[in-house]
Amino acid sequence: MARAKDLLHHPWVLGLTGVLVVLLIWTLVTSLRLVDPLFLPSPAAVLAAGRAQAGQGLLWADLLASVGRVLGGFALSAAVALPLGIAMGTSTVINRLLEPLMGLIRYMPAPAFIPLLIIYFGLGELPKILLIFIGTLFFNTLMIMDAVKFVPRELVETALTLGGRTSQVLLRVITPCIAPQVIDAYRINMAAAWNLVIVAELVAANEGLGKRISLAQRFLRTDEIFLGLIVIGLIGLVIDLGFRLVMRRACAWAN
Amino acid sequence: MQLRVDQVEKSFGSGRSRKLVLDRISFTVNTGEFVALVGSSGSGKSTMMRLVAGLDRPTAGVISIDGTPVRGPGSDRGMVFQKYSLYPWLTAAQNVAFGMELQGLNRREIRERTSYFLEVVGLADAARRLPRELSGGMQQRVAIARALAAQPRVLLLDEPFGALDLQIRESMQEFMHDLWQRTGLTALLITHDLEEALLLAREVHILAPNPGRIVRSVAVDLDRGDLRHLRLSPQFLELREELASCLRGMEPALTPAP
Ligand SMILES: Nc1ncnc2c1ncn2[C@@H]1O[C@H](COP(=O)(O)OP(=O)(O)OP(=O)(O)O)[C@@H](O)[C@H]1O
Ligand SMILES: [Mg+2]
Repeated sequence: MARAKDLLHHPWVLGLTGVLVVLLIWTLVTSLRLVDPLFLPSPAAVLAAGRAQAGQGLLWADLLASVGRVLGGFALSAAVALPLGIAMGTSTVINRLLEPLMGLIRYMPAPAFIPLLIIYFGLGELPKILLIFIGTLFFNTLMIMDAVKFVPRELVETALTLGGRTSQVLLRVITPCIAPQVIDAYRINMAAAWNLVIVAELVAANEGLGKRISLAQRFLRTDEIFLGLIVIGLIGLVIDLGFRLVMRRACAWAN
Repeated sequence: MQLRVDQVEKSFGSGRSRKLVLDRISFTVNTGEFVALVGSSGSGKSTMMRLVAGLDRPTAGVISIDGTPVRGPGSDRGMVFQKYSLYPWLTAAQNVAFGMELQGLNRREIRERTSYFLEVVGLADAARRLPRELSGGMQQRVAIARALAAQPRVLLLDEPFGALDLQIRESMQEFMHDLWQRTGLTALLITHDLEEALLLAREVHILAPNPGRIVRSVAVDLDRGDLRHLRLSPQFLELREELASCLRGMEPALTPAP
């Protein structure tokens, strides 16, 4: 009895149960043929579609293309957002200069930039990477700026009274202090990057998970659509867990 | 060394909302002295400390060290803040080493001085613990060790024990007294606790609020052989009562006059 209760309190158990219940319902509904298989393929059919695509090498090529674009665009965004956010959080002048501008651009939906990016840069990799860059830069920057604003004043001033220079305060006080929030901001905005890469590929691409889904739609292959969705979800989950792991390793003090 | 605060004024805001917080404050602290400013909450104590530390500028008057006006924060004036200010991502030892690292001391020296000052504050065993694993009193001791390790010419203490409960406060006062005797440090203490000021400081200035101004200065010549006895000695109690009534006289009455 007590053991069962302990098991229930383990963080993974309930989460896994939720997933299994949905899988079970899905299996039941499809095996009882409650819904036309054209609309709702069975888990087995989706698995078969996965095997077929993996066998042809399509799945791996798509994965590589999508993940590459996400990582490229997001790395760029993260690298620019960190110094920019710190600058906006520490300097009143830079803050006043950029915050209204960022506040405005932030409300422009990133997918609406796709037509413009295609006109400027064609159909290659660059417009997709730039889309992810644009779509995540402002959120990353503003979240980092907020983190900087919440750095306790005493921590900065202590460094100054210990003889610290401005550059030392930035590198040795502000940066480590905001690290947990930065990692968290990246983790949250990574989800937006995934959404954007799929949207970009739906519009124009030769390969990628989004492209595969839009092709599947054309041929009414719902099994392949499901496959695409599940793969996207799984990769997102893995990346999310990765960030959490980094957080736990690098910022043990903040837990 | 002489820290000199001369006719210092500080006001916040401008125009109609301008508020005078400190009014013509003057006092000095010489090498080896322990001086205290005592005032109620809102009398401008922290503001005064920030001015001395160079974290803020006076509206009028001059603060100088050996005749050189203070223009900003510097390692010659080490500060221990009212609220805990340890770097939560650094261990106790790393916190103590922090100032020396900023100043670019060599590694061996940093290591030696870190263990020396941890020893001084009685926390050699806690060297590798993170601040959140330390009690409030231990954290403030690490903060004091960190400030001392950076070799300030004067230590600025802004209600360093204000957030601690009474018992720990008393043992910290004894610790501070002991430290002063052993290391011969120079300190400016700011507190709202009259007893604390009288126990530790040779010179006590009473700060009246609205605007903050020094209304009395006393030299405290008491036998500090045993602080626990001192707390109860008639001389001490008499002086405390006298100054307490002086402080009380300045408070706006909380109950309406009959
Ligand atoms: N940056 C500021 N801008 C405007 N007013 C301020 C500022 N800093 C302090 N004050 C005002 O100055 C007065 C004195 O504040 P201060 O923090 O120096 O008091 P204190 O004696 O340290 O009080 P406490 O015992 O509560 O710490 C307060 O009325 C406060 O509102
Ligand atoms: Mg204060």
